[in-house]
Amino acid sequence: MIALLLAIVTAFFFPGIIVRVKSIVSGRKGPGILQPWKNIFLLLRKGSVFSTTTSYIFRIAPVIYLATLICAIMLLPLPGITSGFGFAADFVLLAYLLALGKFFFIIGALDTGSSFEGMGANREALYSMLAEPAFFILFGTLALLTGHLSMQSIFEQFHLSGYTSMISGMIAVYVLIQIAMIENSRMPVDDPKTHLELTMIHEVMILDNSGFDLALIQIGTNLKFALYGILIANILIPVAWAIHYRIALFFGIQAAFAMSIGIMESFRARKKLVKNPQFIVTLSSIALLGFILSLLIMYQLIL
Amino acid sequence: MKDEKYIELITLPGMVKLDEIPVLDYGGFSELVLGLLSLESNHCLNYFVVPFPGKYKFICCIGCDERKSVRVFSHEQERNEKLILPSLSCNHFPLHIFEREIHENFGIDFSGHPWLKPVRYPIDRHDKNRIMDNYPFYTIGGEELHEVGVGPIHAGVIEPGHFRFICNGEKVLHLEIQLGYQHRGVENLFVQNEHGVKKAVLAESIAGDTATGHAVCHAALMETLGSMAVSGTLSLERTIALELERIAVHIGDTAALCTDIAYQFGQVVCEALRTVVINTTQSWCGNRFGKGLIRAGGTHYPLTPEIAGAIRKNLEEVRERYNQITGRIFSMSSVLSRFEGTGKVTRYQASLIGAVGMAARSSGLKRDIRWSHPSPAYGQLNYDPVVINRGDVWARAKIRVLEVEKSMEMVFQFLDLLDGKSENTLPVYKSDLMPDAFAIALTEGWRGEICHCAVTDEKGKIIHYKVKDPSLHNWMALAIAVRGQEISDFPLCNKSYNLSYCGNDL
Repeated sequence: MIALLLAIVTAFFFPGIIVRVKSIVSGRKGPGILQPWKNIFLLLRKGSVFSTTTSYIFRIAPVIYLATLICAIMLLPLPGITSGFGFAADFVLLAYLLALGKFFFIIGALDTGSSFEGMGANREALYSMLAEPAFFILFGTLALLTGHLSMQSIFEQFHLSGYTSMISGMIAVYVLIQIAMIENSRMPVDDPKTHLELTMIHEVMILDNSGFDLALIQIGTNLKFALYGILIANILIPVAWAIHYRIALFFGIQAAFAMSIGIMESFRARKKLVKNPQFIVTLSSIALLGFILSLLIMYQLIL
Repeated sequence: MKDEKYIELITLPGMVKLDEIPVLDYGGFSELVLGLLSLESNHCLNYFVVPFPGKYKFICCIGCDERKSVRVFSHEQERNEKLILPSLSCNHFPLHIFEREIHENFGIDFSGHPWLKPVRYPIDRHDKNRIMDNYPFYTIGGEELHEVGVGPIHAGVIEPGHFRFICNGEKVLHLEIQLGYQHRGVENLFVQNEHGVKKAVLAESIAGDTATGHAVCHAALMETLGSMAVSGTLSLERTIALELERIAVHIGDTAALCTDIAYQFGQVVCEALRTVVINTTQSWCGNRFGKGLIRAGGTHYPLTPEIAGAIRKNLEEVRERYNQITGRIFSMSSVLSRFEGTGKVTRYQASLIGAVGMAARSSGLKRDIRWSHPSPAYGQLNYDPVVINRGDVWARAKIRVLEVEKSMEMVFQFLDLLDGKSENTLPVYKSDLMPDAFAIALTEGWRGEICHCAVTDEKGKIIHYKVKDPSLHNWMALAIAVRGQEISDFPLCNKSYNLSYCGNDL
């Protein structure tokens, strides 16, 4: 529950920080930090318009998308604080809660019958599928290193001390950041700023959503960032620290995460769409590298 | 043998009495057109019909790069509901667009034409039953293929046009472009509006981003028909205005290309630089796009030494900063991976579709009115166009960078030639035009060759006005460029050409 609270606070500032950093870096003043949320509240007050070709799937998709994200966040432990829902291999549930939300999101987009949204859904499904192995290999590595299966105990046992944990920690953080970028449709895989339907992935899928529904999706997207932020914080924050230091470090990590996204997105071009799958698969290979490394360290792999 | 077949205009803009244009029979006409166009140094500038009572007069203008001239000749046909002529497009493809336009406006059939697709569905088209709503788009059957229709309403705030893709997954097999949503009847308005101011404003509004280009071309045409003398100073000032427009648009397009690949830094820097250039134009004539600057016979805004100094100072600053940012853009691997090899149009394809201007030069085809038919003042410099023989998005981005550099160099040279002088003659809005005449003017706008033609009656009143924007040819290049490419690269290819919708629609 505390995770959800912290996630909401994070989600409130996260998109604003990205936008602000991008503006400042490009020499502009930029909107206020809370502007993305002001837009969301504006949308929440509006009604939704539904296309006549859509069915109930399209209407329930945004709600399920948001609901799965909230459930997923409630599953997450915080450094030194249990979620209360932990059990062995709960990260599998986490992954498939996200996948369930995505599934409804995708069939909701297909439900509109628009050729654009079909294309976007196709791309989103492919990229999520390719990113999934990286996630599981990563958690496999952590489980192997710590000898535990629930996220709660994995993170409790995982300390950034010594070379082995440093290396796996670095790999874990890198892979998580990249998965977060892919799942949130940021650069270099997708460009949230583009107005060109033919190049969009995430944005094109929500073209038909409006008003309240659109607001739900945007809240979901912001929460998703926070979800990955919490996972990263779990790896980086030492459990032994006092609670207020841990919370301060938590927000520090989130702010640094948001700022680094803003900076990374300002100084590079987006990838060619055809090269995206290749890029995403490299994440799995990096995760696999970490896994084999752990096996070697644990003397479980005899060469 | 040659003298009676066509009349050659050596000086441009050129004028000729209507009855001096040789009239050939269609067989001789076809032979001459195809004979001339078999050389790559010749290309068709314009081919159109002037309707007279009882007959259609088909006037054809072929530009010759070697002799820096335009050859004009014609054929006449009786006005007949069921007129059928053998198409010349099968033998020389660039003519397809002219024949399509003639077919659309006059109902003349061209037998053997590969595809008499409507150009712009004008209000006064011949067959009123065929409208945009019942247009049969090209289709390919097959389980694995799907169609993606984009537009006519654009997702951004630009102009309307309909693009229909036939795709196999992410790969584009075919793109059909249908324009005409912005048809305003520009050519008819040139005939209806007799006042010079109205005509000049109209010329500036043909394509908003080529205001100076079209205005220069129109002014040159009116000066020729009205036998007005143009001083060297005025020519220089116009040329500087043309080059300023080119510099501004090219820098703006560099920014837009960066936007499409989501490279924010390149985008914001180039956008800021474009503003400096268009504000320079504004300080000269009060309008950022140079509207109001170009008028037939004279100018309201002389290029005073102070303005000349401001242009020099601003351009020098822009030049330095633009070189810095483009150096960075063209050395970034993430940018290059988007640009290189994307949307390739080979030299052969470019020549086959009759590409003009920048689109042709980036595919290795040397086609530049500033070089082949230099006017207003390009003849005073030893100008040689930049040509890149690659034809991909990289080439179209790079040619902008090189042309900006070249244009800046030219502006500095023109300012030197101007040497502090400025034009003080006021424009002439009412002048007696030469009766029974045909006139043609050519200008290299930033996109490419702009051609304006006019025909007058026995009282010296314009009865037919023809505008050709380079986009008319180059839209086909875009359709070719995306073939076999990923559909997600279409916006980038589109931006790399940055063609005009309203220039095509008129």
